[in-house]
Amino acid sequence: MQSVFETGRTWRRSPVLIKDWRWRWGIYLFSLVYLVLAISTVEVNWTRVYEGLDRGWRFLQGFLVPDFTSRWRDISTGLVESLTMTLTSTVVGVLISIPIGIGAARNLAPVPIYLACRAIVAVSRSLQEVIIAILFVAMFGFGPFAGFLTLTFATVGFISKLLAEDIEEIDEGQADAIRATGASWLQLVNYAVQPQVMPRLIGLSLYRLDINFRESAVIGIVGAGGIGATLNTAIDRYEYDSAGAILLIIIAIVMVAEYSSGFVRKWVQ
Amino acid sequence: MPVLRTVQPTWRKRTTTAHLVLWGGWLALAALFAWCWREMTKNTIWAFVWDAPEQAADLGARMFPPRWSYMERLWWPLWDTLNIATLGTILGILIAVPIAFCAARNTTPSVYFVRPVALFVIVASRSINSLIWALLLVAIIGPGLLAGIVAIGLRSIGFVAKLLYEAIEEIDHGQVEAITATGATSAQIIDYAIVPQVLPAFFGISVFRWDINIRESTILGLVGAGGIGLQLQASLSTLAWPQVTLIFVVILATVVVSEWVSAKVRGAIT
Repeated sequence: MQSVFETGRTWRRSPVLIKDWRWRWGIYLFSLVYLVLAISTVEVNWTRVYEGLDRGWRFLQGFLVPDFTSRWRDISTGLVESLTMTLTSTVVGVLISIPIGIGAARNLAPVPIYLACRAIVAVSRSLQEVIIAILFVAMFGFGPFAGFLTLTFATVGFISKLLAEDIEEIDEGQADAIRATGASWLQLVNYAVQPQVMPRLIGLSLYRLDINFRESAVIGIVGAGGIGATLNTAIDRYEYDSAGAILLIIIAIVMVAEYSSGFVRKWVQ
Repeated sequence: MPVLRTVQPTWRKRTTTAHLVLWGGWLALAALFAWCWREMTKNTIWAFVWDAPEQAADLGARMFPPRWSYMERLWWPLWDTLNIATLGTILGILIAVPIAFCAARNTTPSVYFVRPVALFVIVASRSINSLIWALLLVAIIGPGLLAGIVAIGLRSIGFVAKLLYEAIEEIDHGQVEAITATGATSAQIIDYAIVPQVLPAFFGISVFRWDINIRESTILGLVGAGGIGLQLQASLSTLAWPQVTLIFVVILATVVVSEWVSAKVRGAIT
């Protein structure tokens, strides 16, 4: 019997992901070629970057010593717009997504309705908020109303899809039990489906509230109102201390939202 | 024999108090909604809202048909967009990995000092959208691809680091103990016990983020950070709507393809 020791080989780790060496080296080579090509086509104006470092330093200072007071009126207007936009769009978006989500669940809806609802979800999810905001601003004029519509549109795609997936995964036993009592379709939804998906729907809505606030800070850049518009102006005017203040406020609100939504979700479930 | 005629209480889901609290909650939400709605629409010019269908029809007429011949001027920006997303993802990952190890409870050098700092970096990066990072960076280091790459990188740090540190915290501790028992140094423990366990998650997260970054990098040009968004901005400001439509189509196609690639790769890994 040949002993393992006679071969004199040392132990080597086997590769974790790609076992075939040809594939592995092929991917390495491809990545290398791509990286060289990509980096060589990135034109960087290094003198401009060097000149900008000074401005970057001033921005960092503005971030560390933010100025909340001198532009407070603009900041608070933008903030109120953002917050109200966030809440209204989440509420309306969730209300619209509930029927669409039910329609997009294969176990509750007939095929034509299912396909129609899935199509709505697909359209809403594949377009980004900023692009929708550009279109809505062109249609409805500048201001938070266009932002509200944008966020509502995005919320519908997000919540409907996750709600539909959730409904498809419910415990069918409970639905069968309710069906056996001779319940109508509405009663089935109310007594078998709703209790099972409600905690998750609330959790999703809170999560979307959080996302909508973050997005509301962005769509202002293309004219849809909110804190993003204020931030854009502050940066355009090189008022980095005000910009720093706005960014800090955004970070703080997102942190508060994240912690409290985690808390509420624990309480609901 | 007297029949026992007690009133059978009908079955109810909740007690009266719970019911009242629930309805109170919904009422409060409705009131808050009404207030927010009034506050939000205070400056809305309703005339603009009511003629929106006409505007939409008008816009639709202007947008179609897309100007297909403009495509030849989009290939180069599309390549730039791809580079912004890919190089930005790589930059983000390079910074995110050490931060993730500092933020994970079982690998952090110090729970009281390093971990909170790492967590703050993660939250700060996550709560600011890449478009805002781009806005800042364009003002600081000038317009161009570099601003876009750095913006995507900064935004990716939080996402990758958060998911990665959660994966590190969930590893099987037995393997760490086994490697420790061989007398390994702490670097060797990370190399042989932790990295192999989180590597599939790491690649999954990276590809997922790359897919999101493709989506985000298509619009970074709106603020001057390079890519196809620059063409979008130019077409929008000259009101060249047929070109805008074509750019939307290209963006949509890119996003769909990148989503498909990412789903395939993630399916192959896990």
